Amino acid sequence: MIRLSLLASLFLSTSAVADEIWVTNEKDDTISVIDLDSFEVTRTIQTGERPRGITFSKDYSVVYICASDSDAVQVMDPETGEILYDLPSGEDPEQFVLHPDDRHLYIANEDDAITTVVDTKTRTVVAQIDVGIEPEGMAVSPDGKIAITTSETTNMAHWIDTETQELFANTLVDSRPRHAEFVKDGTELWVSSEIGGTISVFDVATQAEKAKIEFKVKGVHPDRVQPVGFELTAGDTHAFVALGPANHLAVINAETYEVEDYILVGRRVWHMAFNADRSKLYTTNGVSGDVTMVDVASRKAEKTVKVGRFPWGAAFRPTN
Amino acid sequence: MNTYLAAACAAIISFASPVSALDVAVHYIKQEVAALPTLSNLDPIPDDLGAMGAKLALEDNITTGRFLGHMYSLTTTVVGVDEDFEQAVLGALGQTDLLILDAPAQFVLDAADALQAKDALMFNAAAPDIALRSSDCRSNVLHSLPSRAMRSDALMQFFVKRRWSDIAMIAGTTPQDVAFAEALEGSAKKFGLKISASKTWAFDSDMRRNAAQEVPLFTQEFGDYDVLLVADEANDFARYIPYNTWHPRPVAGSEGLTPRAWDRVVEQWGAAQLQSRFVEQAGRPMQDVDYAAWAAMRSIGEAVTRTGANDAASLRGFLLSDEFELAGFKGRPLTYRGWNGQLRQPIALSHRGALVASAPLEGFLHQRSELDTLGLDLPESACTAFNE
Repeated sequence: MIRLSLLASLFLSTSAVADEIWVTNEKDDTISVIDLDSFEVTRTIQTGERPRGITFSKDYSVVYICASDSDAVQVMDPETGEILYDLPSGEDPEQFVLHPDDRHLYIANEDDAITTVVDTKTRTVVAQIDVGIEPEGMAVSPDGKIAITTSETTNMAHWIDTETQELFANTLVDSRPRHAEFVKDGTELWVSSEIGGTISVFDVATQAEKAKIEFKVKGVHPDRVQPVGFELTAGDTHAFVALGPANHLAVINAETYEVEDYILVGRRVWHMAFNADRSKLYTTNGVSGDVTMVDVASRKAEKTVKVGRFPWGAAFRPTN
Repeated sequence: MNTYLAAACAAIISFASPVSALDVAVHYIKQEVAALPTLSNLDPIPDDLGAMGAKLALEDNITTGRFLGHMYSLTTTVVGVDEDFEQAVLGALGQTDLLILDAPAQFVLDAADALQAKDALMFNAAAPDIALRSSDCRSNVLHSLPSRAMRSDALMQFFVKRRWSDIAMIAGTTPQDVAFAEALEGSAKKFGLKISASKTWAFDSDMRRNAAQEVPLFTQEFGDYDVLLVADEANDFARYIPYNTWHPRPVAGSEGLTPRAWDRVVEQWGAAQLQSRFVEQAGRPMQDVDYAAWAAMRSIGEAVTRTGANDAASLRGFLLSDEFELAGFKGRPLTYRGWNGQLRQPIALSHRGALVASAPLEGFLHQRSELDTLGLDLPESACTAFNE
């Protein structure tokens, strides 16, 4: 009987909590936690200085935060919002990606032209890899064999063999590459170039460029159309791309590489995260300091909620 | 004359990507100029102004080149006030045809007109003279520093936005002050504004002691106005004008709201990273000429990266083509104007504590590029050297 009531209360307490989107506020040194049922900020959590990249461990038991100006990757208990400990990260960690082994973080050290590989279990630096100036975009292939760092000033995608932690290829992209993703089971690598205004699509097997996607937003000068963060819908059929100061998202057909739609969101839209079934997308709008909810099926911006100053990264946290 | 080779050999790390060795040598030549005496010593001109910008870009280029087998080197020559600039240029041209010039306009012209410079590619990183982009342009000189007209246009766009249409101006007496005042007059006209009252600052008293007494009376004669321009390129007296005017009015130009190619307060568009790398290297904030030298060296690097060539003709062709774009931490790609070799770029409007706006301001449209609302547009430039 006691056991039953305990179970019942557990059930009640979890079902009362909705899924969440966690947003790092670069200029507030906080995380805003958005409850996805009410679409309201329910918690604001202090972090180190200049939080940018954010990602959860596979079981969502901890969240990793790049506190760039604190020169640390902070590990937080998402239940309590307590910083458990800092990981060694190299200087100025901006963005990172968690290896499929759920253990190694690949971190871009923006000021040092280095990619740092950290073992989150032993809390030690496993490797540091020299890359181009201002590394930023980070990705790991689904099979875990390849890690990518893009460098903003060197304008390259650097291909890292995760076995040896050494570079095996460097491919030029357009100016200021910002974000990288492996697409279609890791057969393609997509890299966005902010100043170049393009997304380059590479064939992973050969590292050869197979397509380049360009954007045209009505009423916005091409110079202001600056692709940054992007995410792919379920089954990798479409990509949603943040276009920075163009204040729009682009929707790309991932088969034809054609842009099908543009969606007006907030000012200087930067990164984004989906909900559990990828039916909704949440974008961080840096200059307007808010997060926009976009309906994926209808491709409409539905609601906006105010967060902290200069929201940068976004990550999804399921609670059930 | 003081010449030194900054850095050359980045170790080539072997990669699977094809590597073909290519040497790119750049020579930076600075003509020292006797600094004008100023009332305040608060802002000394750094000895390594400009050179530090080129050096930072060298590091950027080396890092990129390392992955492509491109080797960059930078030689810096400082020509003393009484030494021969042209001799230094000829010496440099014996070694490379890629030069960055940090010198007054006449020296730039002397260098460009040297017989041996015919097939060279030079970057003007320090002379803001409008004539160099117009009647005095040279096909072998590109300009990475904005012209005075670009800076004055930026300021006037801001005045239009704020509806500060009634403008007063105080101008100094040095040739640079006169040139800036003329640029401001020209820009006011271009944007439909009028400088209705202007006075020349020809005081010789020490304003640190009596600015509070002199400036109110000096500005009382202007009557009412919206904004006070100060044209004082060396910031000799301009710093004493704010808060001392008869009417409480904003000050702009050489003090107060200043139009610049670069300023330490620029933080957006990833600029914070460039600033911190520069401060780490130079131990001081990045200034206009540092930025222009950086942009020149990076332009060379970008052109080499994209073309795989290192000769002046190929690089010049690429830099002036539609394919070239430089990520210059100013929020949009930078390109060169095909009609006079000027690097198109946004202008920072800032005061000592923060960026106020970045020109071109919203609403100033242009059929080609909004950046062409700043400085000499195609019909305004008398330059013909670029018409091949």
